[in-house]
Amino acid sequence: MQNQQQAEKKIILVGNPNVGKSVVFNTLTGSYTTVSNYPGTSVEVSRGQCQISDESFLVLDTPGMYSLLPITEEERVARRILLEESPYVVVHVVDARNIERMLPMTLQLIEAGLPVMLLVNIMDEAERVGMQIDITLLQEKLEIPVIGGALGRSKRGLSELREAISNYQVRKTTFVYATDLEKDIRKISALMQGDYILSKRCLALMLLQRDEEIAQRVQDRENSHYVKVENAVNETVFARRVDLHLRISLERKRICKGLLDDVVTLQEGGRPAFAERFSNWTMNPWTGIPLLLLVLYFGIYQFVGVFGAGTIVDFLEGSVFEKHLNPWMIGWSNQYIPWYWLNELLVGEYGLFTLGVRYAVAIILPIVGTFFIAFAVIEDSGYFPRLAMLVDRVFKRIGLNGRAVIPMVLGFGCDTMATVVTRTLESTRERVIATLLLALAIPCSAQMGVILGLLSGVPGALMVWLACMVGVFLLVGFLAAQVVPGERPMFYMEIPPMRLPQLQNVIVKTLTRMQWYFLEIFPLFMIASVLLWAGKLSGALQWLVEVFNPIMRLLGLPGEASTAFILGFFRRDFGAAGLYDLQTEGLLDPVQLTVAAVTLTLFVPCVAQFLVMQKERGWRTALMIFFVVTALAFSVGWSLNQFLLMTGLL
Amino acid sequence: MKVSEKAEEILESLWIATVEGGENAAHFDTLGIGHDDEGLSELSGLAFVEIHGERVHLRKEGREEARMTVRRHRLAERLMMDILDIKDASADARACEFEHLLHHGVDTKICTLLNHPTTCPHGKPIPPGTCCEQARQEGEVGVVALTELKAGEKGEIAYLAASDVSKMHKMMSMGVLPGSNLEVTRTFPSYIFKVGYSEFAVDGELASEIFVRKA
Repeated sequence: MQNQQQAEKKIILVGNPNVGKSVVFNTLTGSYTTVSNYPGTSVEVSRGQCQISDESFLVLDTPGMYSLLPITEEERVARRILLEESPYVVVHVVDARNIERMLPMTLQLIEAGLPVMLLVNIMDEAERVGMQIDITLLQEKLEIPVIGGALGRSKRGLSELREAISNYQVRKTTFVYATDLEKDIRKISALMQGDYILSKRCLALMLLQRDEEIAQRVQDRENSHYVKVENAVNETVFARRVDLHLRISLERKRICKGLLDDVVTLQEGGRPAFAERFSNWTMNPWTGIPLLLLVLYFGIYQFVGVFGAGTIVDFLEGSVFEKHLNPWMIGWSNQYIPWYWLNELLVGEYGLFTLGVRYAVAIILPIVGTFFIAFAVIEDSGYFPRLAMLVDRVFKRIGLNGRAVIPMVLGFGCDTMATVVTRTLESTRERVIATLLLALAIPCSAQMGVILGLLSGVPGALMVWLACMVGVFLLVGFLAAQVVPGERPMFYMEIPPMRLPQLQNVIVKTLTRMQWYFLEIFPLFMIASVLLWAGKLSGALQWLVEVFNPIMRLLGLPGEASTAFILGFFRRDFGAAGLYDLQTEGLLDPVQLTVAAVTLTLFVPCVAQFLVMQKERGWRTALMIFFVVTALAFSVGWSLNQFLLMTGLL
Repeated sequence: MKVSEKAEEILESLWIATVEGGENAAHFDTLGIGHDDEGLSELSGLAFVEIHGERVHLRKEGREEARMTVRRHRLAERLMMDILDIKDASADARACEFEHLLHHGVDTKICTLLNHPTTCPHGKPIPPGTCCEQARQEGEVGVVALTELKAGEKGEIAYLAASDVSKMHKMMSMGVLPGSNLEVTRTFPSYIFKVGYSEFAVDGELASEIFVRKA
């Protein structure tokens, strides 16, 4: 398998975010794709097969990158793919409207000695704003194959692209910088003696821009000779300390301007499209906040809450499992397994099948699945950067920046996955604060479904619960921002144009995330089942319940509630469901119900989230967050109880 | 007719005490000098000041020189704090040393570089020079931070004042480069600007590090 893959010619897609790279990928490969994390990272890379005139190619879609010099983890991965995958051809995808801004990276790729071709995508939208691009002339000037296309809505340019890939021939071209810069580049590249995948010219430039990863690679290759290179680099960097980065960027811009002379012609375009006006509405607080509420109401509440957690769960859990699968499994087990303990482990109250599998498949799958669909639609429409911009000021107060809105929203689907995604935040400080807030005040979709059902019967309870969550989120965030050390976050983001999400993209993304979810989280449910089973058989569970009883009474709750809290740790919604049982038995009055729901939502996340917290942040931070969250949950619960009893609000 | 450094110090204190402080003259103690001060005799020799007993009066002939001395000192302070980033107590002392070098048009250059500031870092007024008057008449706005632009205004990026190299580098690779034209489309809740057909959102902090030549 490995050998076969290596023998296959590789097509690597690169480009800025939001240029329609993944649409190009899906159009080239059809449905034969796999998405996996790049080894050792959390960055997703898609691979797929593509047939062009009897020849089979392997296509790789890299994460968005702005420059060959990486800053984010995504960019590092994208570059590593270019360095390590020995491509047959690298297709640089650019947005036609922004060709002037994106062409400098084409230069970098050519300069690196990679087999590049350029796909000028989204030509249709460029033409709509009155922009004409002479593709033939650009190809002549660049001396690499250039294809114009619009692979989003139509398949314009697809056959040309396939043909150009299959006939691709490597041609070496170089672009010349200003003489003084050229002299420095030559001086350093001449000192390197080893063989490299990337051109020495490009390596020299990256060394001059202090790229540590490249420096390491060059050092490994040059061994003792590296000292000379390093000295030359240091000397030049010092001599050009004032403006080296800027100089290089400006030189590239100058070259690109020359290349685009006569290639791009502009006519005054029509009036701003609807998408642009809509985009402005999303960013104006007066219209943006109502729009956000609409998105939350329809996207999350109606689609995930009512449809996913209601209709589908009722069907899968109520009919499929309760009526058919479970009785059949229990019957089978009772017939063939005589040992009580094993029977309990498989189909008992906390059995692997009756609890673990049923829970994962019948409850979590539909909720998380519908959530991931909604999330992918919102993501592909380009709404998140706008939302990030809208909330940035508020998020700054809680020690985060607008970017953190993405893991936070994801947390409403699954806090465990959101905790993994906090990796994309830039500083450790932001990651710790985001992890804490996710653990504390963001209820996952499974939990929210039950809580909403639980509290909807008591007028006012839902409002109190909501106020508590928002209040705790902001207050704890604010305090954490004062306490957690580290630099203050900065916010900058490109705002991509608003687009209609493509069905195929949404499906691929959803399936990928669900696959990840099953591989990572499913085993944890199994572990939780086993732990509960062992606890029940050994009596440890009963003991723990009794330990919790006095705490429950302190909150004004019946002792029975402690079972819900302990189970809640193993399954966030299970705790809430336990409350549901208590309520139907009439053991909880409205105040008790509200206090219990608030405390339970704030209380320590499920075991899966704790394990991920430990993996991502280490034992020390994870345990600290665990204790802080537990203490906060019970003290807020206690205060709320006192407050409600005193005011008689409910 | 350049006066000595000592004389400049006296003129400066005299200006602050009389023109800005509203006194008609300043006492020797206020100026920190005695009867036999060299600078003082230099100034009275030039007929810039008049001495009555222990009080010094600023004459009409000395007004312009005093005004420019104060201007040079406060420009030097701005330069220290805004550009050279020296913000501690030493800034004032260094400004005192530095101001004496700002002759022969150097003050005009620095004033233009600082975009004709009207107050010193302590909030005191900087007397305008001819360069400031000229710029005002020609309606030049010079180079301002992005935060000074209103929604709908356009400009050309003049330079990026880097506080964090990697973030500036990111901005550059996204195409936010000196020489590019930008249009601010929104200033609240964050700053949004367009470069070409791309839109970018930045917070106030980063926006204050992007300097723009207003169109």
